Amino acid sequence: MLVLITYDVSTKSAEGRRRLSQVAKKCLDYGQRVQNSVFECIVDTTQFRRLKFELEELIDEETDSLRFYNLGDKYKTKVEHIGAKSSYDMESPLII
Amino acid sequence: MKKLLNTLFVTTPDTYLSLDGENIVIRREENILGRYPLHNLEAVCTFGYAGVSPALMGSCAERSIGLTFMTRNGRFLARVTGESRGNVVLRKEQYRISDAERRSALVARNFILGKIYNAKWILERATRDYALRLDIPRIKKVSAALSESMNLVHSVEDLDILRGVEGSAAVQYNSVFDDLILQQKEDFFFHGRNKRPPLDNVNALLSFAYTLLSNDVRSALESVGLDAYVGFLHRDRPGRASLALDMMEELRGVYADRFVLSLINKKLINSKGFYRKENGAVIMDDDTRKQVIKGWQERKQEKIIHPYLNEKISWGLVPYSQALLLARYIRGDLDEYPPFLWK
Repeated sequence: MLVLITYDVSTKSAEGRRRLSQVAKKCLDYGQRVQNSVFECIVDTTQFRRLKFELEELIDEETDSLRFYNLGDKYKTKVEHIGAKSSYDMESPLII
Repeated sequence: MKKLLNTLFVTTPDTYLSLDGENIVIRREENILGRYPLHNLEAVCTFGYAGVSPALMGSCAERSIGLTFMTRNGRFLARVTGESRGNVVLRKEQYRISDAERRSALVARNFILGKIYNAKWILERATRDYALRLDIPRIKKVSAALSESMNLVHSVEDLDILRGVEGSAAVQYNSVFDDLILQQKEDFFFHGRNKRPPLDNVNALLSFAYTLLSNDVRSALESVGLDAYVGFLHRDRPGRASLALDMMEELRGVYADRFVLSLINKKLINSKGFYRKENGAVIMDDDTRKQVIKGWQERKQEKIIHPYLNEKISWGLVPYSQALLLARYIRGDLDEYPPFLWK
């Protein structure tokens, strides 16, 4: 399934900036960065739970937030891209 | 059934593949050409000497992602395997069967049965779909001969006799294979199989499709814990993945031959994409090769009902499901190995 992850991490402190880069890095492990704090990840249920848990461990719930949008398996009709920085489709042939 | 994951093909020369976090990163000089999470991949195939970092090799081995190196023309060079997987009891039983000629023959004949059955139905399907464009009596005759071969195979318990039956069935099938090419006939024709090197366009396509298939089959066998190098019909030879070749027998026709035919008949490729070297070898150019790989990957996504498991799976999982069934037979859970019988 495709999960869209967005986050807001407070960067007022050095500690916050560190969390921000950790959260970004963790999301990148699971999917592609489509916009600055927006990631698309194709995961199964187990991977999704693990990812959620790992992200929860990273953030500070007082100041930061995470949002997960589950777009299911048939996500292709639900996503449209306009403008620069187009993404790749992880499930179509990957030839470089 | 497991999910079919994607395969990454790297055909751009002078690239370097490395690991970054959980991602595979493809670089050329300073540019990043791609970055993909490893958990979405089933295999990585590189054509033409791409460099790979040891860290990535390790990660691929650990996650059983097949990492294969091929030359630009698709000749196999090497593959990276990690610790052997699965269960030693299963592998030892596989060796015992392989050592006993008669027991080998009992498994091998099912591979051949599958091969002949599938060849027959490729022809039968063609007569149904293109009744007006084919020489029906000729094809029906071959189809009848294949049915006869199948009857013979049922009772064979000797490998050499089996090879004989298989050989004559293959000759029959090849004799009408050219008829199945319906488009671009002046550029694409089949006057018999040649390889190393392939001497015409169709043979070049077939060789390439077989390489892709053998990679898929080999990974499938390894992922269920079988030894791809110890075969039943194909005997041991250093460096030859005999079991993969065995299992390919039943899949060549339905998987690779039909794929090649559809590339030609749907005009997805044309003769401009092929060139001949001084020694007569026919080679595909880069764009055609990409087109073929793309078609191959799309074919793998198509869904079918597996005739034995009666379950809806993608074509790409057929080698895996057959490997699984073979492992079950070797383990003693099935009385016979059920070949993939497509209709």
